[in-house]
Amino acid sequence: MIHFILLFSRQGKLRLQKWYTTLPDKEKKKIIREIIQIILSRNQKTSSFVDWKDLKLVYKRYASLYFCCAIEDQDNELLTLEVVHRYVELLDRYFGNVCELDIIFNFEKAYFILDEFIIGGEVQETSKKTAVKAIEDSDMLQETVEEYMNKPAF
Amino acid sequence: MSDVVERTLSALPGLLGQHDPGAGPGGAGGPGRVSASSRLGSLIRSITALTSKHEEEKLIQQELTSLKATVSAPSTTLRLMKECMVRLIYCEMLGYESSFGYIHAIKLAQQGNLLEKRVGYLAVSLFLHENHELLLLLVNTVVKDLQSTNLVEVCMALTVVSQIFPREMIPAVLPLIEDKLQHSKEIIRRKAVQALYKFYLIAPNQVQHIHDKFRKALCDRDAGVMAASLHIYLQMIKENSSGYKDLTGSFVTILKQVVGGKLSADFNYHSVPAPWLQIQLLRILGLLGKDDPRTSELMYDVLDESLRRAEINHNITYAILFECVQTIYTIHPKSELLEKAAKCIGKFVLSPKINLKYLGLKALTYVIQQDPNLALQHQMTIIECLDHPDPIIKRETLELLYRITNGQNVIVIVQKMLDYLKESQEEYAIISLVGKIAELAEKYAPNNEWFIQTMNAVFSVGGDVVHSDIPNNFLRLLAEGFDDEKEDHQLRVYAVQSYLALLEEEDKLYPQKFLQVMSWVLGEYFSLVTDVDPEVILTKLHSLLKKSFVTSETKAWIMAAATKIASHTSCSKTVDEIIQELSSSLDTCLRQYAFELKHLCEDKALMKTLLPFDASCSDLVVDASLSFLDGFVAEGLAHGAAPYKPHHQRQEEKLSQEKALNFEPYGLSFASSVSSSGVTGRQSPTGLSFGSDISGNSAETGHKETNTLKLEGVRKLWGKEGYLPKKENKTGKENEPQPVPCGSLLAGQVGEAPALQPEQGASLSEEDKEKQQLASTLFIGLGSSAGVSLMGKADTATQKFKRKSKITETQQLSEEASDFQNSAASNFDPLLDTIPVNVEDSEGSMHTGLRKGSPSSSDTVEDNLAFETPQSLRKSVLDDRISANRLSQSSLFADNNIEIFQPSSSAQCESASETPLVPSLPEELEELPHSKVVGLCQSDALALHLCKVWTDESLLLIVFVSNKTTAALHAVNLVFEETEHFQILESATSHFPVIEAQSVEHCQKCVRMNKVCTQAVLPASVGYQSEMETCLEFSVTLSLMDFIRPMEMTTEDFGKLWLSLSNDVKQNIKMSPCQDSLSAALDTLQQKLKLHRVDVIGNEGILACQLLPCVPCLLHCRTHSGMLALWFRSPCAALPDGLLYQCQKVMEES
Repeated sequence: MIHFILLFSRQGKLRLQKWYTTLPDKEKKKIIREIIQIILSRNQKTSSFVDWKDLKLVYKRYASLYFCCAIEDQDNELLTLEVVHRYVELLDRYFGNVCELDIIFNFEKAYFILDEFIIGGEVQETSKKTAVKAIEDSDMLQETVEEYMNKPAF
Repeated sequence: MSDVVERTLSALPGLLGQHDPGAGPGGAGGPGRVSASSRLGSLIRSITALTSKHEEEKLIQQELTSLKATVSAPSTTLRLMKECMVRLIYCEMLGYESSFGYIHAIKLAQQGNLLEKRVGYLAVSLFLHENHELLLLLVNTVVKDLQSTNLVEVCMALTVVSQIFPREMIPAVLPLIEDKLQHSKEIIRRKAVQALYKFYLIAPNQVQHIHDKFRKALCDRDAGVMAASLHIYLQMIKENSSGYKDLTGSFVTILKQVVGGKLSADFNYHSVPAPWLQIQLLRILGLLGKDDPRTSELMYDVLDESLRRAEINHNITYAILFECVQTIYTIHPKSELLEKAAKCIGKFVLSPKINLKYLGLKALTYVIQQDPNLALQHQMTIIECLDHPDPIIKRETLELLYRITNGQNVIVIVQKMLDYLKESQEEYAIISLVGKIAELAEKYAPNNEWFIQTMNAVFSVGGDVVHSDIPNNFLRLLAEGFDDEKEDHQLRVYAVQSYLALLEEEDKLYPQKFLQVMSWVLGEYFSLVTDVDPEVILTKLHSLLKKSFVTSETKAWIMAAATKIASHTSCSKTVDEIIQELSSSLDTCLRQYAFELKHLCEDKALMKTLLPFDASCSDLVVDASLSFLDGFVAEGLAHGAAPYKPHHQRQEEKLSQEKALNFEPYGLSFASSVSSSGVTGRQSPTGLSFGSDISGNSAETGHKETNTLKLEGVRKLWGKEGYLPKKENKTGKENEPQPVPCGSLLAGQVGEAPALQPEQGASLSEEDKEKQQLASTLFIGLGSSAGVSLMGKADTATQKFKRKSKITETQQLSEEASDFQNSAASNFDPLLDTIPVNVEDSEGSMHTGLRKGSPSSSDTVEDNLAFETPQSLRKSVLDDRISANRLSQSSLFADNNIEIFQPSSSAQCESASETPLVPSLPEELEELPHSKVVGLCQSDALALHLCKVWTDESLLLIVFVSNKTTAALHAVNLVFEETEHFQILESATSHFPVIEAQSVEHCQKCVRMNKVCTQAVLPASVGYQSEMETCLEFSVTLSLMDFIRPMEMTTEDFGKLWLSLSNDVKQNIKMSPCQDSLSAALDTLQQKLKLHRVDVIGNEGILACQLLPCVPCLLHCRTHSGMLALWFRSPCAALPDGLLYQCQKVMEES
């Protein structure tokens, strides 16, 4: 089971966090700080896996953004790398050539997509068709967002 | 309100519209993607533009203040609220608390349109955690959305339910979600399954009744729904693999179809069909096939195919291969597959890609216990990985080495581990590694010096984070010693010497735990070292006592050591100094030690007897029953003192003072006689052993406790072969392939570390040679064929630290104890038979009476003789008992129309004609409500039948053992295993010395439910001697209802008890049209579930029952518009869930 997913930039700025276990906020902040520091200090030639407490961190960098999952010992590290990759594919499909800025400014959409894909720390959807369907749903909403945004708000 | 926002914005002039410095070429994005004009956009932009943390903080605080004002203003539109929520999420992500907005997130989810609702739900799932109190406010919204006709709303509700939902509110949505399992849209079905998976994780009891529907989901025509159901199955199979063996075929078929590409191409990921699904299935198969040759047989083909199909060079195929390998090595082995899997591991290990290499090592570590030859094949890679710059690879390699450690390579491997340990900073890694080193050292130490030194390293490097088991085990090992006295002596002497040397260095800081170990060893064994004056040791301890880094706990250890040493020296100056200094210490504990020492020093003789040398292992006899106080207590009672009541009883009494309902039959023992034995009887945990029982047991309880005391609380972690829980059975070793070249390679290696392959050896560089040398020291003693003889020898030589086996001793003791018990029983039984009239309904005596009634359990001739005289008396007693039982039975079921199975004579005849050996219940039990006699299991010689008898106090299992052969069977032994759910009162075994040909014997067991569950099996076995020892295994399925009895009470009592109970469960269930009235429903519950109907008022009814021995459960029913609202309360949390399940079942059936 995935315990949490963090997205952060090369500068160490958190872009997205999703927790699948219950932890106090203070603890979460400490963990985020610690993990960002661990991963940013790793050199490029090392593996994508880090031992961290009783969990393993699996991370991958896409352009300026790091995707990091914490998994349990019995989980499959390679598969988790592909989970990350699949998520990036979904984001890419939704935003069209996704970049860090898309995620910064539309992080709630990134959350929606994540929630369609991973529930309770387990990968839920392997069918692209259904994933696309979910994305279309949000596209439908996206249109209304745009309509809304284009109107003068106040 | 917007003017506040305006002000905020005006505070950031110039920042708006500025280009983000980190924006890059793709930054502009598609049209409208980055909504620069939005509030969020400007907030983000302004924050990115800031340079210091301080500025950011200021800005965010400003933002939060304005947000707070906006969200709490009544004029704020939902649209604006949605915008605010997104900004709040952003602030939270930056680490700023915004709890003022949580309630508004819930409101937004409740009131908003689709778009706003979606953001509301998202905010809720991000802000709140599972136990957050505000979550309760979300329940209504979720219920409403689940009933919505809009699919998107239903989807959102299901998504949020499967992320966070309060456990206690599950009943409110469960029926709605169950309905969704039949929904026409697959996305809804899938999300419903996900939600149920979540419920299963947080409250498995509540979804027990929908297991059938999970099966339907597994067979769903949509692969997504099926895949979602696998999560539930994986979890359930993890908990109980034996219950789902019948599904193996289905899982195999599904996997076959997936691997064969039968799924639609939508499910492909990089042209691999449904990889996540495949892996899920492989894991399930691994769990199902573990230690089960027959089930494993079914999956060999599909595993082979999976291995074959995964050939594309992509991470995802490697991930599948890795799972395949693990599954193949988990299930019952098949040599052909193992060979292929081993080849596969080679692909990983030899890969230049570091991620794959890591996974290869992980796989090797997993399989190495079963096939050490694989380590030999990859030894050079392993050596390389040992010096790998990536710590995770290094650590995994050490883990691998740890698994192949033996007596010959232990020194090298432990050295490698210590090296790593010294570099490591991370606490978690240190703890786990230190534990492993200590384990290996204890198991394989080649000599005393090495052992002590390694342990010293462990303690000093591990510091105070080491698990407390390590010092404890080490000290135990030293104290208990091994088989060889001389070795023990040497080890202890060496330990003392090395600690003295370590303490020589004045200012060195040692971890507290290490100091504690040192002081214990010095105190215990200082006298073994003859060339050191005790005074010197005392001085060292004294100087430690003065150090400030030493904690007061450690100081207590040091004081204990000093006291021990002082007892062996005639007056010492240092001791006097210690006493003087610490007598005025601020630490009360130390001060007390000092005073004790002072007084002991005044009486050396007493001190010597109090602190004998090397007596740490001799068992202290502790009279836990405090029987020596009995006289005192009896005297006190005689003078009118109130009898002692344990804490929980006093509390209960306080509670029940107003209710006048006492469920615990305490105090009865005092009614019969206030004797000393009665007082010790308070130890009896069940509270059900009265009068006569106690007089038989009191002495024995004390005795038994002294025997078992030393084993309790001490986990038997270490055994002859080392760490016990780690010992796994190595099945099928003989089936494994034995690569021939490997064997020969090994044979060459075990000698004097020769070069691996001579022709290559010539061209090897220095470095490589070094590596090979390391390899030969690391992998020495591995492998099976060639190494066997050598290893065998080595093992006997190196298994030094064998612990003296205490097991035989304890066995003897327990045998003695049981002998004692038997004799006690036979001594007291005649006595018992004459008095049980006084102790009516006491369960204990009734059982003995019944047991003695059947000749099977009277073992000895004396017993029979003893019983001959009071025969008539006993008979009358039995009659009494029967009538008493009748009475109780009739009272039990008075005004209850419970179906009681009364075997008709015709039925008996019928079954009698089938087999001559049909057991029938003994007469006295025939009267009680009981089940049919059903067959349990059969062999050529034996047949077992079972009948459940539901008495007022317990569930009796009557097991009939019939001898089908024409010869007598000897030494028939029936053993029930205690499980976590059930407890067998009295003994769990029954022994029949002989069962005559064609005859039936029976025994009865009184069973209690300790942990509430709806149904569970009680495993048992019967062993007997015919031509050879045979053992038959069987199991008895017991349901919660076997342990539920009606509980009589008045409406008033009910009301009082209701208020005092805390655990409640509510559920609405649909009533079928045929039982629409309340009374019909109550009748059903009363008849089927043995609930007592207390009262009916209007459309409400109250019922009461109890779980034996006396856990009450109250039920309140109300009918409204075709629904029956059930409301349970009980002091036991799991009981209402269990009963609810039963209620649902019977209501559905009727």
